[in-house]
Amino acid sequence: MTAELQFDVAHLLAGSLVLVSFMLLYQARMYALLNLFALHAVVLSLSVAWQAYIQGAPHLYVTALIALGFKGVLIPVSLHRIVQQLHIHRAIEAVVGVGPTMLIGMGLVALSIGVVIPVTVETDSLAREDLAFALAVILLGLLMMVSRHNAVSQVIGFMSLENGLVLAATGAKGMPLVIEISVAFSVLIAFIVIGIFLFRIRERFDTVDLRALDDFRGERRLFRMGEGLDTVELPAVDDSRGERG
Amino acid sequence: MSLGALLLAGVLVIPVGAAAVLALLSSYRLGSRLNILASLSTFGVAAALFRVRPEPGLFLIVDDVNVVFIVLSTFVGLTTSIFSAGYIGHELEVGRLTPVTLRFYHAMYQALMAAMNLALVANNVALMWVAVEVATLTTVLMVGIYRTHAALEAAWKYFILGSVGIAFALFGTIVIYMAAQSALGEGLDAMAWTVLVSESARFDPALLNLAFVFLLLGYGTKVGLAPLHAWLPDAHAEGPTPISAVLSGLLLNVALFALLRFKMVMAGNPDSLAPGPVMATMGLGSLLFAALMLYRRYDIKRLFAYSSIEHMGIIVFAFGMGGPLANFAGLMHMTMHSLTKSAIFFTVGHVAHAKGTQRIEDIRGLTQSHPALGWGLLLGTFAIAGMPPMGMFMSEFLLVSTTIARQPLLAIPLVLGLLLAFGALLTQAMGMAFGEGKRGTAVVPTMLYLPEFAHFGLVLVAGVYIPPPVVAWFQHVAELLG
Amino acid sequence: MAVISSVVQGVQVLLVVVLAPLLIGYVRKVRARLLRHRGPSLLQPYRDLVRLIHKDAVVAETASWLFRVAPYLVFSAIWVAAAVVPSFAADLPFSRSADLIVIVALLGTARFFLALAGLDVGTSFGGIGSSREVMIAALAEPAMLMVVFTVSLLAGSTQLSSVVAYMSGPDVGVRISLALSLFGLMMVGIAESGRIPVDNPATHLELTMVHEAMVLEYSGRHLAMIELAGSLKLLVYLSLIAAIFAPWGMAVAGQGIGSYLVGGGVYVAKLAVGGFALAVFEASVAKMRVFRVPQFLAMALMLGLLGTLLLFVSRTL
Repeated sequence: MTAELQFDVAHLLAGSLVLVSFMLLYQARMYALLNLFALHAVVLSLSVAWQAYIQGAPHLYVTALIALGFKGVLIPVSLHRIVQQLHIHRAIEAVVGVGPTMLIGMGLVALSIGVVIPVTVETDSLAREDLAFALAVILLGLLMMVSRHNAVSQVIGFMSLENGLVLAATGAKGMPLVIEISVAFSVLIAFIVIGIFLFRIRERFDTVDLRALDDFRGERRLFRMGEGLDTVELPAVDDSRGERG
Repeated sequence: MSLGALLLAGVLVIPVGAAAVLALLSSYRLGSRLNILASLSTFGVAAALFRVRPEPGLFLIVDDVNVVFIVLSTFVGLTTSIFSAGYIGHELEVGRLTPVTLRFYHAMYQALMAAMNLALVANNVALMWVAVEVATLTTVLMVGIYRTHAALEAAWKYFILGSVGIAFALFGTIVIYMAAQSALGEGLDAMAWTVLVSESARFDPALLNLAFVFLLLGYGTKVGLAPLHAWLPDAHAEGPTPISAVLSGLLLNVALFALLRFKMVMAGNPDSLAPGPVMATMGLGSLLFAALMLYRRYDIKRLFAYSSIEHMGIIVFAFGMGGPLANFAGLMHMTMHSLTKSAIFFTVGHVAHAKGTQRIEDIRGLTQSHPALGWGLLLGTFAIAGMPPMGMFMSEFLLVSTTIARQPLLAIPLVLGLLLAFGALLTQAMGMAFGEGKRGTAVVPTMLYLPEFAHFGLVLVAGVYIPPPVVAWFQHVAELLG
Repeated sequence: MAVISSVVQGVQVLLVVVLAPLLIGYVRKVRARLLRHRGPSLLQPYRDLVRLIHKDAVVAETASWLFRVAPYLVFSAIWVAAAVVPSFAADLPFSRSADLIVIVALLGTARFFLALAGLDVGTSFGGIGSSREVMIAALAEPAMLMVVFTVSLLAGSTQLSSVVAYMSGPDVGVRISLALSLFGLMMVGIAESGRIPVDNPATHLELTMVHEAMVLEYSGRHLAMIELAGSLKLLVYLSLIAAIFAPWGMAVAGQGIGSYLVGGGVYVAKLAVGGFALAVFEASVAKMRVFRVPQFLAMALMLGLLGTLLLFVSRTL
């Protein structure tokens, strides 16, 4: 297998990961989102496995398996169940329309390529390519977290961000095992926390729409009460302070 | 195993073991006592580390830079655990916490201590990252512990922002590894602080710059630099007060410590971006922003949370200025802030209990109803605002003088920020301490005031006299920081 | 040598005109079969054309000279485009002018005149059709150009013969940018030739028609020209896809009649495969609402843009 073909396949897989990140951006329905996230994890594990093959680093196969099993199967299935059991509203609204979101996403991809490629002139091309795409996936995940109101899709955005980090870590040749442990570890803990929060938010609010959370900020925005009150800040909601509860 | 290695293991294993035991222990009274005991033993072990150090390894290290922070961290952990033991009694009474939640709370507390200690002693960059991540997660869980609307929002915001910061920090860590790996080869060597700092001149400066940007963004979020600070006020206000104390006093320091390590790596490479100007700008920005925000706060814990942002801004500015005097000022400020802020939060916790509310306008006449608390609050505010003879005055004075000497233009916003903050804090505190007292609901046993006054005592002493070994240590580290 | 290639070129010019209605008939037949109908005969489009030519062309009184001239202009522009896209043989005499940008320009010219003709008579249906067509074009052309950029950045030239030569050579490798460009081009092709899910070629409902609305006023030989032009446009896109992304089997100059015949056969096969895929896609997808078409095309634009961006991370650049 020639070096060029190896590079091309790695490029193909990493590029597909970026593509799936884009597709995650415009999903409007919850189940489609979860399925796409599973696809994201599958593409990631393929990419990591390919890197394991090219670099001759067998421990990366373990990472690929963890990514596949955990994020490709376990988390989507569990989130599916959570969505079903909690009767979470299945349409996801975006803060900005799909068009501007995609344009910003394109800008982010161009930005990450523009940042990483000139900086990494001395590193080998495979690592460069991985790093550029990983940064793109990270930024797209961040965009997804920022452009959604829904807690589940924010969580998915965060996990796709982590996928980008895994891609970056595998691209850096020979990074010791600690990284695998740390990344897998963080996935595990993050999921526990996410699970707890989703349940608690649902318990408290009957919805996972985060705009409902905004109403309970300690100090409300001025303009919520209309015009003319620009010098008075409204008091905090008292029912959550120190009383029985 | 040498004594040093044993001590090092102790500082990590004791909290972990305590966390495990506390998770299983059902009596909260016993739990709070065990918490104190574990913190005390950790502190003892850490103090011993001052004298006896283990050999530096690839994973863990105790050197000049981190040893005082370890001692400080365990000390504040100890006093906070004492405060917490008294605090939870009241919380149980008003029903904000249940015995079941307390089990979780104590276990997470020790887990947090363990994670922070690990972050401080880690020699491996990734290990430190893992420790900071665990620390973040434990505090997120604890911030949300009251399960009110506001607490959940605060915890969610903290979780999201903290996780994004952590992710950026990991990316920066990976890039640093790549920079080191091309010069040093693969393997653990390319991830060890000691190696990174000594060999950084051989790394590709462009990669180092890229890494530093991400690390600054990532760990900067955890430090609470504006504009990445959005999680901080809510997390401090909605979580239990001991957690606010630990967050402000310790976790911010740990994140800043990570930034400092990376700054040392950057400083070793002459071609790379000078981290100074960026840090100085962000620090000044945080300072001014927080100082302005202090004027309009309605919640006492939020007030002091913004004060934390302000002080972190000052410290980052100090380290951004660089040079032995500014670095010394920064290090001193870190220590003093840690002690003072946690003491203030202890006092605030008691005040909130005494008056039954956290809203500033409902807290009046403290010096009449609870004199020790009222004067303690005033004292703390004086300390945090930088009045002499408290320790913070010394560090701020040093910083201002070195800034005037080296960059006079920058001294203007610096002094402006300091004065603004001073004014705001004093106004608010005087309002709370004096005036017509509205009836307080609770009597707070005076014994519980021990932790905050211990801290105040230390800060007062430090403002007047610092023992020579400590000064020598500060100076040595200030040189290392470059 | 030159004589043979000129003859072959002439054959191509005629072949495309002959094949276009057959292609349309084939797509309709396959789709009908998929939907479990018997479907019209394969030669039905020819019969339709003959029928239309024999009818009188009824022209509205408000129509100007443009209305009468437009069908011929549209037909010739698209015919030229179809004639120069390498189909079964590479390096023919006209292939020097077969430049990707030229093809885009030719198709754009045709669309321009058709849109004007739709507006010409002054009916509201014509106006609707023209405005929708131009809206689609406003997004489809940038997407097409992105695809062109990607492909020509890789091949080093916008000339189709160079592109074909590069793509059939060994240097290509497995490239995700090409895959993305392929999808982009397919989406653009669907949009431009007015197939489902963008436009239904068989509908005359105001809510749904785009192309049909523009040509609603035409009849007789004018309509025949326009129908033929429409089928030629689909042929152009399929040939483009085949030439750029599946260039194998093309006859190279100087290898005798046999290779041309083989090339021709392969070409017809490629068209058949493409038509089949189109029919399957049409049968499985519902037509989109008109205001969703920009999103569809924005997707194509994004794919093209992403393909171009990804190129910058690849090994040659």
